[in-house]
Amino acid sequence: MTETTTTTGPKPEQSKKLTRRQKQAGRIIDATSMGWKLILFKIVVLGLLCATAVYASLVLFMNERWLVGSLVVVGAAALTWIYLQRGALPAKYLAPGLVFLLIFQIFVVLYSGYVAFTNYGTGHNSTKEHAVHAIMLQTQDRVPDSATYQVSILEESGDLLSTDELYFAVTSAEGEVYIGAEEAPLELTDEATVEDGRVVAVEGYEILPFAELLNRQQEITNLVVPMSEDPNAGYLRTQDGQRAYVYTSRYEYNEAQGTMTNSETGTVYADTGEGAFISEEGEKLLPGWRIQVGMDNFIRAVTEDSIRGPLIYVTIWTFAFALLSVVTTFVLGLFLAVVFNDKRMKSRKYYRLVMILPYAFPGFLSALVWAGMMNQEFGFINNVLFGGAAIPWLTDPWLAKISILIVNLWLGFPYMFLVCTGALQSIPEELTEAAQVDGARPFQAFRSIKLPLLLTALAPLLISAFAFNFNNFNLVYMLTGGGPRDVSAGVNVGSTDILISMVYKVAFVGSQADYGLASAFSILIFIIVGTISVLAFRKTKALEELN
Amino acid sequence: MSTNATGLNRITAVLGISALALTACGGTGGEEAAETDDTAESAGNGEDSAELEASGELTVWVDADRADVLADAAADFESDTGIAVNLVQQDFGEIRDQFVSQVPTGEGPDIAVGAHDWLGVLVTNGVAAPVELGDALGDFEDVAVEAWSYDGQVYGVPYSIENIALLRNADLVDEAPESFDEMIQLGEESGASYPFVVGLDPQQADPYHLYPFQMSFGAPVFGQNEDGSYNPEELLIGNEGGADFAQWLSDQGDAGVLNTNIDGDLASETFDDGDAAFQLTGPWNVPSALEAGISVEVDAIPSAGDQDAQPFAGVQGFFLSAQSENTLAATTFLVDYIGSAEVQTALYEVGGRAPALSESFESALSDDDIVAGFGEVGAEAVPMPSVPEMGAVWDFWGASQTAIINGEGDPVTLWEQMADDIDGAIE
Repeated sequence: MTETTTTTGPKPEQSKKLTRRQKQAGRIIDATSMGWKLILFKIVVLGLLCATAVYASLVLFMNERWLVGSLVVVGAAALTWIYLQRGALPAKYLAPGLVFLLIFQIFVVLYSGYVAFTNYGTGHNSTKEHAVHAIMLQTQDRVPDSATYQVSILEESGDLLSTDELYFAVTSAEGEVYIGAEEAPLELTDEATVEDGRVVAVEGYEILPFAELLNRQQEITNLVVPMSEDPNAGYLRTQDGQRAYVYTSRYEYNEAQGTMTNSETGTVYADTGEGAFISEEGEKLLPGWRIQVGMDNFIRAVTEDSIRGPLIYVTIWTFAFALLSVVTTFVLGLFLAVVFNDKRMKSRKYYRLVMILPYAFPGFLSALVWAGMMNQEFGFINNVLFGGAAIPWLTDPWLAKISILIVNLWLGFPYMFLVCTGALQSIPEELTEAAQVDGARPFQAFRSIKLPLLLTALAPLLISAFAFNFNNFNLVYMLTGGGPRDVSAGVNVGSTDILISMVYKVAFVGSQADYGLASAFSILIFIIVGTISVLAFRKTKALEELN
Repeated sequence: MSTNATGLNRITAVLGISALALTACGGTGGEEAAETDDTAESAGNGEDSAELEASGELTVWVDADRADVLADAAADFESDTGIAVNLVQQDFGEIRDQFVSQVPTGEGPDIAVGAHDWLGVLVTNGVAAPVELGDALGDFEDVAVEAWSYDGQVYGVPYSIENIALLRNADLVDEAPESFDEMIQLGEESGASYPFVVGLDPQQADPYHLYPFQMSFGAPVFGQNEDGSYNPEELLIGNEGGADFAQWLSDQGDAGVLNTNIDGDLASETFDDGDAAFQLTGPWNVPSALEAGISVEVDAIPSAGDQDAQPFAGVQGFFLSAQSENTLAATTFLVDYIGSAEVQTALYEVGGRAPALSESFESALSDDDIVAGFGEVGAEAVPMPSVPEMGAVWDFWGASQTAIINGEGDPVTLWEQMADDIDGAIE
């Protein structure tokens, strides 16, 4: 807003001096400053945003999620501040995008970075506290052939003196009633009334109704009542408040020392800082918990034989695959673009439309269809095109590599065709004509005039196509699944696996997921792709300067 | 203009502040409401009267097919106990990994639906808690309970048993074969283009579908403990029976009976077109065959070796979270509602798989020939191992079978190499 424009209407002589553009700008400013609808809209949207943020942060704080809660508050405050102040136009435009970038990109990247330095994976899924809880739950063995006890849960009656302590009242097979609590082993009592094998009343106690059981369920399911003074006799526990069973515990947890002791063999499992309880013989108790492991995952990625062998091989193939994919699709796309850009070509529009079709189908679908067409015995390619030959398109290590490149060519050339057509049309025809006047043959004119101009415009796209194909998981997964495997190699990596599909196998295939190692690999991939992109961009800048 | 703008700014500021204040009021209002609820609740707890209401909510993750049946059971549960059951629909295939990652954050459910072979992952990650079925244990089919047992504990309430069996085109062959060779012979005599089809992946063959034949040579993957659970330290896949099986695979590959170019879709298409006399598959391919007008009979899987051809059984069930704060309500819901004959039968009716509860199992078998055929094979099946070591087995198993069927080397050597690799990977 400049001081020269005013809303009260310029003086006549001034208005003559204003250019058309200035008048237009004035009108826009008037419109915005007078647009009470816009202001109302702004207030409503920001109000909704703040209301949501206040609600969300309250919920988060009540769940003791301090970090996330504060982030929500800070984020909402920042957004409100940005939109309520004057000016700061760039921030106003960028803020929504930035929010999504932070949530969906930066956070994911930082989180993978964090995971790469932990042992997160199967068996190391949560905190130590959860692991201890789970081990204790999972290793309470029901005493074989022990009886099922009908249990009633009691509380001392009387309003003033009573404690909150809970009691179990159970009936034995002989119809005798026993009462016990956490610190008081089961004792015989004869002051109970039994109906249908279940205690319904005891002198001095009150039986908790079912609804009350549900309200105090954690207390009840955590209650263990010793069978007798002898700890080896086991204890009673109930999971549903109706039936109690006799259990013994396989492990005893010593909280002060942080050790698990096997109650039968006496083996001590200690927390040695490896994220699990480990005995002196090296036996591990699972579940363990998540810990920071520093650079371990990165060291494993490059030193462990079973990983290093395939890693080198897979890295080479990934580079070859990405590079060849870009080259083949670009060459074909460019060729077609040049052909269909020629004015002598009739009905170019329709041909172009057809050319774009492979791009319009979902890639994974095309990959599946190709997998079917490349079936050795029943596939369209062998049956129809090669007259029934048995060419192992997807099951021979080398042919599978070629097949994957062919399919990627099919999937990728329309994109290159599109961008090349666009770039070609932006190059003035006069340049070619001038070259031809100077006596250059058509190919020469193309090679030394159009191609360099094209490359300057398309280099960034080629680099991004390389980065995309470097991580082209869909195609590999859908077409070959990484296979064929060399079964004598002894590793679960096939001859068409690229780095990202190998990472997928490490992280998600089978029942031994290793998210830490997979994240370390992802970071390595990020570094590789990042370095190449940076180098290539520098190089293309040099190209730009040449022209 | 400048005066105007400042004025405007002031208005905006005032409005903004009032909006903030309003929302803040809204926030506190909500809080107050929540507090009032709390007081009402604690007042309710204080009253020792008959109309005492239980509070709390169970969260159950369930897939779309099971949701309707569970909704009925949940309504019964709520009217009986006053505890609401919140059913959250999830994609069945996603539940395992979601459960593993959500339970530690406290966002996980109390109960989820799943398959028994997830147990290794669930238990090793410490996210599943044992469910004490007590005397109800005997009411379920043995294979179902065995499947849901892990390290001596039962981890869920099973509801259905799924396994493969032999489908026969009764228009082509009118008797069930006694042995594999007899089946091939019957199939060839029938004049069908393919005597027998089974879907095999070109890269990974299909160890799951070929397992009954492997079992018939006496080569299970792992040895079994006394209680029927698998012992991952006793790898039996490479034993003598395994070598015989490898030889057999190679012979069948040469003969063209097993063909890695016929994948699952092609196999079922061939059978549905009436071009195959027999198909080894699961109940999921039966509806399409019936629709195509094939008169389908379900037979026991014929043995290729000298022992019974036992397939793997997959048993679906509901399991309990280790971090559930509603264990008592959840256990009651699991054992007394999902474990009831009514719910088990209803689950069978939507899923079409033999129920796990013996009472419902019997009635389902007498009710439907197809289910009976699969159910009879399933009752004799062995549970698919759920130990995490199984992951290493799957990694190598299929690729080696493919190599053997396609004759890429000496079958016995390839098989032994595979057994060594699995052994190495497990350690």
